[in-house]
Amino acid sequence: MTAYILRRLLHMIPTLILISMVSFVVIQAPPGDMLTSRLAELAEQGELGSDSAMQQIEALRERYGLNDPIYIQYFRWIGKIVFEGDFGQSFTYEMDVMQLLGERLGLTLTLTLSTLVFTWLVAIPIGIYSATKPYSIGDYGFTFIGFFGLATPNFLLALVIMFAQISVFEAESVGGLLSPEYIGAEWTWAKVGDLLAHIWVPVVVIGTGATASVIRIMRGNLMDVLGQQHIQTGRAKGLTETKVIMKYGVRIAINPLVSRLGLELPNLLSGAVVTGIVLGLPTAGPIFLTALTSQDMFLAGAFLLMSATFLLIGNLLADILLAWLDPRIRYE
Amino acid sequence: MSSAEATTAPEVEGSKAVTASYSQWSLIWRRFRKHKAGVVGGYVVILLYAAVFMGEFLAPHGISNRYYKVVHCPPQRIHFFSDEGFHLRPFVYGIKGSLDRRTGIKQYTEDSTKKFPIYLFSRGDSYEFYGLFETDLHLFGTGKGNPMFLLGTDRFGRDMFSRIIVGGRISLTIGLLAVTLSLTLGSVFGVISGFYGGTVDNVIQRMIELIFAFPSIPILMALSAVLPPEWPSHLVFMGIVTVLALVGWGGLAREIRGKTLSIRESDFVMAARVCGAKDGRILFRHLLPSMFSHIIVIATLAIPGFILGESTLSFLGLGIKPPMTSWGLLLSDAMNIHSLSLYPWLLIPGVCIIIAVLAFNFLGDGLRDAADPYSSR
Repeated sequence: MTAYILRRLLHMIPTLILISMVSFVVIQAPPGDMLTSRLAELAEQGELGSDSAMQQIEALRERYGLNDPIYIQYFRWIGKIVFEGDFGQSFTYEMDVMQLLGERLGLTLTLTLSTLVFTWLVAIPIGIYSATKPYSIGDYGFTFIGFFGLATPNFLLALVIMFAQISVFEAESVGGLLSPEYIGAEWTWAKVGDLLAHIWVPVVVIGTGATASVIRIMRGNLMDVLGQQHIQTGRAKGLTETKVIMKYGVRIAINPLVSRLGLELPNLLSGAVVTGIVLGLPTAGPIFLTALTSQDMFLAGAFLLMSATFLLIGNLLADILLAWLDPRIRYE
Repeated sequence: MSSAEATTAPEVEGSKAVTASYSQWSLIWRRFRKHKAGVVGGYVVILLYAAVFMGEFLAPHGISNRYYKVVHCPPQRIHFFSDEGFHLRPFVYGIKGSLDRRTGIKQYTEDSTKKFPIYLFSRGDSYEFYGLFETDLHLFGTGKGNPMFLLGTDRFGRDMFSRIIVGGRISLTIGLLAVTLSLTLGSVFGVISGFYGGTVDNVIQRMIELIFAFPSIPILMALSAVLPPEWPSHLVFMGIVTVLALVGWGGLAREIRGKTLSIRESDFVMAARVCGAKDGRILFRHLLPSMFSHIIVIATLAIPGFILGESTLSFLGLGIKPPMTSWGLLLSDAMNIHSLSLYPWLLIPGVCIIIAVLAFNFLGDGLRDAADPYSSR
């Protein structure tokens, strides 16, 4: 097992290098650079063409190394990240990228992971129900809802829930993760309660599509497993139906779900980005959008790089979990 | 699938077989017809494309025509009854606007003194039909300049119904174009990867893995941000198609690769090789066509993803740009809580997205079950 993990970690290195290159190229590709917007700003103030303005821009360009060829810029960027943990400066926010992104990225990942837990908690019981009572009204009902869940884009679901909150429940504060009076306040139980009262919205928005697909897979898997002979044996020797299903059925049917985690995580992270923007959450999503529109390359690049790294690690953990859960898997 | 295809019997079986033989396509068609949800999905898809193809002809108003007096007007009702009783010709009432002085919000009520009958083939705003000819003929309407806002108006007083129809053309075409482009990429790379194996396979698979390493929406956002802001909207449109295809071809290539692996040792491939066919011929004349039904299924099931991708990008302001519009872009008007609570009809384009995606999903499911006519089920 240790050898397997080590080998996987070693394999991650070339992938990480490629990821960093792609991130950098994509972020670099837009025409002009982050100083173009500064130039437009100066032009508005009527300072364009004046020597001092041009000198200022030129000095900044020199300072950020924007005149160098792209590969030199890349090596400088990645070198600082690897050796100093320095992701550079955000141009729009005039802050350290890490300082700006750190907490927000943490919140994004927390949101992603809590949604993952939520989808499994909801989807697995429903999947078990649907598989043990196939073609019942409940089964059809869940399938029907599931189709809608898969067809609704995240941002639309967010809008619909916000609309329902305003018009049906007449909620006072909509969106965000905290009510206005708690923002910046001390952490008290009331604040925790307030957070929980808000966080269900993004969790449901991000998780609905994933829940629908997990239900579908769980139902299919469990129905396959329940048709196998060891289930019949279990019943024949007089085990209770619950034990047969839970211990002999679900235990096996759950493995493919774990192996699909690697596909699920990117979708959840994508959902967290979009939902963060629509609901105005203090996550990385809104910042990433601003960074893209204002060509804040270090900020956008850092987010791309870190989210891809997170997915890579998530994949590895999922594979280790699967190997541990399913003794039939050999990691040679 | 036409009946002409359905009646062509396979020629390989030689001369007149005694038992009736069906071509693969007719078998697929027979099985597909049994899949109710799939058939309904197919009809909805055809209906949607027919509607958006008619575009400006079906839309009663010009999509950029602003009615300043009826900004954010709620959907109007079509009436058959008035004080005078039943009318065979449906009509809409005029609109009366009044400003709420306290909130500063304009309220609209029906003005029952004015009636606007709805005519078929009425004259309205002029438009250019696909650049072919200019006309002012619309399928139905109340005449030029007269109100009839079946799904309300937006913040400039533009007719939502017309904008949804014309915007749907962009949303649905992007789905088709992106799937065509990514299928082309996916087929070529997938079939080569599966057929040759070895280093080529390895390189292509690592490439796909690299695309999958990024979360899809953020990488789509980053790639669309690459499109120059000064591009006109039709170039942006092509750019978005390319971006969607660049991110989306990997999944298709993997499926086609898997299929290639399973049939590359078949007898017909061997036969072609014995006949001296070159690799290129085997790949593109024998392997790919034999997977055609599967490719159609894969494509159908991939379209919803592209439609959702485009709508998300446009919604976030990184996709289609005005004067073009799409369902996602229309929805971006509903992004703030204020307009969401006051003008809920701005969410209607979202209903269209859901309907289109559901229809394609059902159609794809039906085709998938039908695509393998020799399986036992």
